[in-house]
Amino acid sequence: MKVKVLFFAGLREQLGTAGEEVELPGGVSTVAGLRAHLRARGGNFEQVLSEKALVRAAVNQDMVQPTSAIKAGDEVAFFPPVTGG
Amino acid sequence: MKVSVQERDFDLSAEVAAISKSKAVGAVASFVGVVREVPMTLEHYPGMTETAIRKIVEEAGSRWQVMDCTVIHRHGALQPGDQIVLVAVASAHRGDAFAACEFIMDYLKTQAPFWKKEHRPDGARWVEARASDDHAAERWQGAPRKKAS
Repeated sequence: MKVKVLFFAGLREQLGTAGEEVELPGGVSTVAGLRAHLRARGGNFEQVLSEKALVRAAVNQDMVQPTSAIKAGDEVAFFPPVTGG
Repeated sequence: MKVSVQERDFDLSAEVAAISKSKAVGAVASFVGVVREVPMTLEHYPGMTETAIRKIVEEAGSRWQVMDCTVIHRHGALQPGDQIVLVAVASAHRGDAFAACEFIMDYLKTQAPFWKKEHRPDGARWVEARASDDHAAERWQGAPRKKAS
């Protein structure tokens, strides 16, 4: 299945991309699974999405937990903890 | 309810006047956040930002009497002294107005997708989230949900 992945703020800068379409292998069905899949690419992805890194996620523009399910066509965003206000 | 994410500045008195028109309104509490010391750029997540703020305002409305509410958050390049954010809540009485205004601001800090990048003389850096902001939002979790009168 395919999902649209977006990166914001420091993540976008470190990865050098604002986002991409990602084809997921079978078995990847959660936000944490997607994160691990991207991390497995190595390089910047491994570093920026490491388990130690404080990364938040949203699915279809709704802030979610890592265990949240994802499905084909979803917009999944990864970003640092927010600092507005 | 008015929620706006915009680059341009806002006029506090005009925004307060706009939500004070009803004769039932007896209190308007407002908060304005201002850029302190360092120039910054604010990035956000278009679409999600507005939705997240609306949800926070709706949650405030389920806890307190909120007759009207305006939230404006700026993005883009901001200079020290610039206004960043406005939360204004109109209610019949001050208790609801104060509480809802503070609740909205506390949740906005932890739930609305904005990121600040500071531009200091030695370079630019992303501002790190503060644990104290999470604690400020968490303290509302045990707060009463019924509407005060």
